[in-house]
Amino acid sequence: MNARETILKTVAMNKPELTELPDMDLSLTIQYPDLIQQFIGIMEAAGGKAYYENSRQDLLNDIAEVKAEGKFMINLLEDSNAEEWASLTASELEALDTCYLRAELGVAENGAMWISEKQMSNRLLPFICQHLVIVLDPGDVVNNMHEAYRQIDATAEGFGVFIAGPSKTADIEQNLVIGAHGARSLRVYLL
Amino acid sequence: MKVGLFIPCYIDQFYPDVAIATYQLLKKLGCEVSYPMNQTCCGQPMANSGFSDLTKGCDVNFVKNFKDFDYIVAPSGSCVLHIKEHLKEGGDKAELDKIRHSVYELSEFLVDILKINRLEASFPHKVGMHVSCHGQRGLNLSSMSELVSPEFSKSEHLLNMVEGLELLKPVRVDECCGFGGTFCVFEEAVSVKMGKDRIKEHLVNDVEFICGGDTSCLMHLEGILKRQGIGVKTIHLAEILNSTI
Amino acid sequence: MSVKQHAEAAQEFIRDEARTDWHDETLWFVRHKRDKAVNTLPEWEILRDWASRIKNHTLSNLDYYLRNFEEKAASNGIIVHWASDTEDHNRIIHKIIADNKIDKIVKSKSMLTEECHLNEYLQNKGIQILDTDLGEYIVQLRKESPSHIVLPAIHLKRQDVSETFHEHLNTEKGNYDPQYLAGSARHHLRERFIESDLAITGVNFAIAESGSFVVCTNEGNADMGVHSAGIHIACMGIEKLIPKTEHLGVFLRLLARSATGQPITTYSSHFNKPRPWQQMHVVIVDNGRSRQLGRADFRNSLKCIRCAACFNTCPVYRRSGGHSYHSTVAGPIGSILNPNLDMEANSDLPFASTLCGSCSNVCPVKIDIHEQLWKWRQVIVANGYVDKGKKAGMQGMAWVLSNPQVYRMAGKIGRWIMRTFPFMLNNRLNVWYKQREMPRAPEKSFRDWFKENK
Repeated sequence: MNARETILKTVAMNKPELTELPDMDLSLTIQYPDLIQQFIGIMEAAGGKAYYENSRQDLLNDIAEVKAEGKFMINLLEDSNAEEWASLTASELEALDTCYLRAELGVAENGAMWISEKQMSNRLLPFICQHLVIVLDPGDVVNNMHEAYRQIDATAEGFGVFIAGPSKTADIEQNLVIGAHGARSLRVYLL
Repeated sequence: MKVGLFIPCYIDQFYPDVAIATYQLLKKLGCEVSYPMNQTCCGQPMANSGFSDLTKGCDVNFVKNFKDFDYIVAPSGSCVLHIKEHLKEGGDKAELDKIRHSVYELSEFLVDILKINRLEASFPHKVGMHVSCHGQRGLNLSSMSELVSPEFSKSEHLLNMVEGLELLKPVRVDECCGFGGTFCVFEEAVSVKMGKDRIKEHLVNDVEFICGGDTSCLMHLEGILKRQGIGVKTIHLAEILNSTI
Repeated sequence: MSVKQHAEAAQEFIRDEARTDWHDETLWFVRHKRDKAVNTLPEWEILRDWASRIKNHTLSNLDYYLRNFEEKAASNGIIVHWASDTEDHNRIIHKIIADNKIDKIVKSKSMLTEECHLNEYLQNKGIQILDTDLGEYIVQLRKESPSHIVLPAIHLKRQDVSETFHEHLNTEKGNYDPQYLAGSARHHLRERFIESDLAITGVNFAIAESGSFVVCTNEGNADMGVHSAGIHIACMGIEKLIPKTEHLGVFLRLLARSATGQPITTYSSHFNKPRPWQQMHVVIVDNGRSRQLGRADFRNSLKCIRCAACFNTCPVYRRSGGHSYHSTVAGPIGSILNPNLDMEANSDLPFASTLCGSCSNVCPVKIDIHEQLWKWRQVIVANGYVDKGKKAGMQGMAWVLSNPQVYRMAGKIGRWIMRTFPFMLNNRLNVWYKQREMPRAPEKSFRDWFKENK
């Protein structure tokens, strides 16, 4: 008997009597009086920076500044070359400074944002860039993860990710260090 | 109300004052208290060491001594928990169930059964509260810091009725003292370190007494306090509730 | 080589009391962060209950969900492998490496690959794996094993890390700044991500209905590895399954809050299909789990989602360090998982606890850890993995305590000896007495008093 059959047979033999899945009443889960305020607060606590009031102008300034510095940037917000980026390899993207992209949804309870494969065009982009800039429609902020999974289709594409803040580590004496292996900063424009 | 007084073996032998206080307190509160003369031990030391197969004799003796009471009350959360969870011999299921459902730790009995809301007691001292794990997490005698639930404490509810007493809590309100039954000798280093750390937090509060509902924890803390030459004393909840100084 | 039992290793750990205090406080800080995080959710206890029931249900129909997962994953283009034990697991991975002529491999944190000793296995075949989680990277450079499943290098101080990095990465000697040290690792590892051909990850959750899996990190190291490399191998135990995508809502809310007090990890990556030019493999490993499933008293330990909240809250773990548990998974959960893998070698672990119960209370999937510790003690003794002296002592004690007259006589004599000849007990043969005074022995027992005063 091969490993697969042995495992499945032993599991079938040893498993306990069938129990039911819980009937989850999601009305018992947290709802926030001000979704945006809650989202911004917790996302910034995770090391991100939010722009809300003058976000349209702020974003234009942001892009203009990075452009002016002459750094390697990829702007998926307006770029029609998305397919071209899709095929780039890690070594070609290594020098990427700033990446702009749109998130599908934000979660107020934890500041996470869902980015599907289509939105990132290349799975590496949100991770390999030094600075990540996400644009999120404030109308797409939901209360909690249960609502998030109801709204997105997490398995529709090949890959998708919830991102909450810049990459970080506390592996040295529990000291928080922002900028582990992924992006070193995260700016979020709510517009 | 017929109450059988269950005095754990080490209290009987080493801390009779705790048992006396419990007895006198229950009498004061109007209970008809009997002390079955042939009781010994609940069997917990063996069972917690992996030898629950050796507890038959203790079970049989316990049932023989306590089967005829409305309530069984002990000044120890740990021993009560053992009877509730692990008594398995000495009678038929109905008899064992009756015992398991009628055995109470002292503070639980005072609050839930006697429902007392005033006490003739005074103890004008600064007292640090030591929460014993088996009473707390096993018998639900107080809320637990790990859970998201409303705060309550049966022993604090009682101590608040004592005149002159100032109750102080350590920062880690319900961390284990490290006694742990035979753990205290088989894992001596960790056990003592845990005890020292509990004491350190009480010393910060400048308490005169460390009070608890389980004499086993107190015996362990007392042993460390004495060895280190610290003047703080340990005292059982029953002794404070029975005090009129 | 004989492995030190927990009590002995713990004693050595505690010898450096200042460092023990630091270790205890550092981990208590994590427990404290966890408390703050969970108290922001009024429904916390409800979530724990849901999670527990979802996992119980999954275990009760696990063969179905495994097949379900396999079928869906395969239809998504993922190659599924099955491994009965560590040897199978390592051989499968080696074959993928050999078949594709790979020599640059990065790995993000996976306790399963630690459990299988994959690094050593491949090293013996001349293949080097680079651990990319910062904590794992540190312990790998030091040729140590992780002391904690979430915080692998929590036993080390910044000075230790600084020295290690100075030696291996040529960082500035005496620079203890965590920012500088982590930055140096980032710089050094970036090149290795870029050039890697194969990336290994663990799996936090595998979803049966879709054949997808989720990997959670804060550092972004898993993603940097797998999206750079042509081949992704994800290793999972059979217990990682959950039935539906919507169940992730429950588990992702519990995991990070329990583990570190964060509301969610920085990255929760959902893998459904490989990119067209990529291979994606999943290795499903049993290694004793199906046997544990058959142990009625212990099967629900398989609900574990490896958050390590039970480590951080455990007063024994905090004061003895992960290495004293001589196993890949230390702490309370390790003490109920490891006896299943090797009862004799791990017979000390269920005793490395006061049974205080804090572990069961913090567990996000409500495993009755402390009750299982108690039950393992019974099983271990019944199987004879117990010291003969201890057994004889227990038998003697049971005899005394079963006979009221003998008990009273022994008590009387014992107290008399303690009062009259204290040196007979107050000596170095008495372990209690090493750092604690014996209780005062009164002349009369309570029973004696009662007879006179009732």
